[in-house]
Amino acid sequence: MATSVETRPKPDQGLGARYGTFMSRHSSLMPTFAAVAILIVLLIGAQMQFGNFLTARNMSALLLDNAYLVVLAVGVTFVILTGGIDLSVGSVMAFTGILLASLLAQGVPAIIAIPAVLLGGAAIGLMIGVLVQYFNVQPFIASLAGLFLARGLAFVVSLSSIKVEEPAVLWLQRTRFTIGEFYITPTGIIALLVVALAVYILHWTRFGRTVYAIGGGEQSARLMGLAVARTKILVYVISGVCGGLAGLLLTAYSGAGYPRNGIGTELDAIAAVVIGGTLLTGGTGYVVGSLIGVLVYGTIKKIISFMGAEQSWTQIIIGILLLLFIVVQRVIVARSARRRR
Amino acid sequence: MKRVTRHRLFWPITALLTLVIVNTIARPQFIAITVRDGQLYGALIDILRNSAPLMLVALGMTIVIATRGIDLSVGAIMAVSGAVALTIIGGSEDPGDIGTVTVALAAALGVSLVLGAWNGLLVSVVGIQPIIATLVLMLAGRGVALLITDGFITTVNSEPYSFIATGYLLFLPVAFLIALAAIVIVALLERRTALGVLTEAVGINPEASRLAGVRSRGIIFGAYVTSGLLAGIAGIIYSANIRAADANAAGLFIELYAILAVVLGGTSLMGGKFTIAGTVVGVLIIQTLEATILFLGVPPAQSPVFFAVVVIVVVVVQAPQLHRWFRRRFTSGERSASDAKTKVEVA
Repeated sequence: MATSVETRPKPDQGLGARYGTFMSRHSSLMPTFAAVAILIVLLIGAQMQFGNFLTARNMSALLLDNAYLVVLAVGVTFVILTGGIDLSVGSVMAFTGILLASLLAQGVPAIIAIPAVLLGGAAIGLMIGVLVQYFNVQPFIASLAGLFLARGLAFVVSLSSIKVEEPAVLWLQRTRFTIGEFYITPTGIIALLVVALAVYILHWTRFGRTVYAIGGGEQSARLMGLAVARTKILVYVISGVCGGLAGLLLTAYSGAGYPRNGIGTELDAIAAVVIGGTLLTGGTGYVVGSLIGVLVYGTIKKIISFMGAEQSWTQIIIGILLLLFIVVQRVIVARSARRRR
Repeated sequence: MKRVTRHRLFWPITALLTLVIVNTIARPQFIAITVRDGQLYGALIDILRNSAPLMLVALGMTIVIATRGIDLSVGAIMAVSGAVALTIIGGSEDPGDIGTVTVALAAALGVSLVLGAWNGLLVSVVGIQPIIATLVLMLAGRGVALLITDGFITTVNSEPYSFIATGYLLFLPVAFLIALAAIVIVALLERRTALGVLTEAVGINPEASRLAGVRSRGIIFGAYVTSGLLAGIAGIIYSANIRAADANAAGLFIELYAILAVVLGGTSLMGGKFTIAGTVVGVLIIQTLEATILFLGVPPAQSPVFFAVVVIVVVVVQAPQLHRWFRRRFTSGERSASDAKTKVEVA
């Protein structure tokens, strides 16, 4: 941080200079701020356009409709922070969702079925992690194997959808805690708890700091004596468990397991993470940003359904936003690299 | 013998032959090829015909991967190209007219070229990571295709158009001939000119090759344009085969299968050395495996499990760690002997 000495402004310099210093010191926060700004602009714009957008009901639904995506994005954030990528999460969600529905339909009690399903997600994550760490397989290919495996297994469990009648699972979606006009279901609470837990792990535990260290430079992290191998495997396990949890949430949300669920969801999750300000090269980013990214995604989807336009516009706009954020990140990285020189 | 087993195509070809032999033992008619009305029929011919779209996409993917890149958008480009072609044909007065079909093909290929150029621009000029640059189009492209077809599955009945996928020429399916022509052209361009060497140079070390005077920017750009164009042709064949533009299903997961084919063929995802013959064998392995799975009576939806097992086995077998472990296992006796010897010498 010796370079910051040179850029420190004199106290009498104006607001502009102070702004500049803040920006240069916290350049890693910038993309996340940008995501927050976009979310606010979207919400206000939609409110001005439709008049009835910023209602308590609508805002509550925004979180609940995307609870599963929040959980997936949190898991993917861990992996991307280490500089890896996980393509398997959408399929893992489908597999665990249908497995849960099938187990419950066979009379397995929820107290056993739910942990079993989470373990299933963890097992696929573990497989990807071991391939990446011990067999030097690129994360892209290893998680591709995970994608194929989970998608195929989902169809092995059942070729058609299975309805869920277990009260414990349905309770997750049907119970509504109201705060004034706002309401939240246990699925929404789970999603927020996952985010909170992830923030705690990433910022206040040795494991979390190791995740950032690996993303910043794996070789350096190893030379510092950090547990690189264990951490790299664990992030994929975490992503797998998040996939399993998302499967539970989605099953509760839709009241059924369906093996075709979540085709392409891994891309939505990755897009949300990137829009939330996490750099795909690893080492920089925030879980809260991923939550914002998912909310941006959900808001765009909602606006489009308000406009009565084709849902395919969602994909196009998310694609454009993704591009915008990547270019912004590219500029930030280039600038900080220049400053370091 | 050692030279044969050392050849980099040895294992892919062995795998392909094993699959063919296992299939032939299970049902002898698998290998049979019959001639009827000047057309060849048989399970093997079907595999060749059905492999055309994947072959084209994997060919483009090989070039892109050789430059140390990856193209995730090929499936989306397929969907767009099919949607453009069929919307033009479906909207015309006479769907069976050769002129209409030619215009539709030209438009579809033009759009694919533009999409490929867009990817190339993002990667080579703007300098975005290939995975992400092409992810943008992968997400947005399918949306564009859905907009072109208005969210419906556009079906048309056009003889000349479906001829591309189901017709026969000189005993062979037209789709296969198109793929073959693409293989020959790409192979000639890459292997009979300096282009292939330059591509490998860019893939092995972009910075060093730039300093050595290779126009890496143009080569990377060209790779994505090629990939886009080939994906466009694949999209045309796909839509001609089902006589419909299905924006959701066209080319779904094909990028993953294409990458798998390239890796199976022995091209490293790290870029650099690439083998077109290997990719061709890789595509045939995938297509034969799919036919085998279908024959076993496994629902097609469950087939990804088999591919997952194949991917895992292939990457684990290729892993240097495993080779080191084996070497240690089987040569430990010799090593300890030589260790003892050096110790004596030191003493």
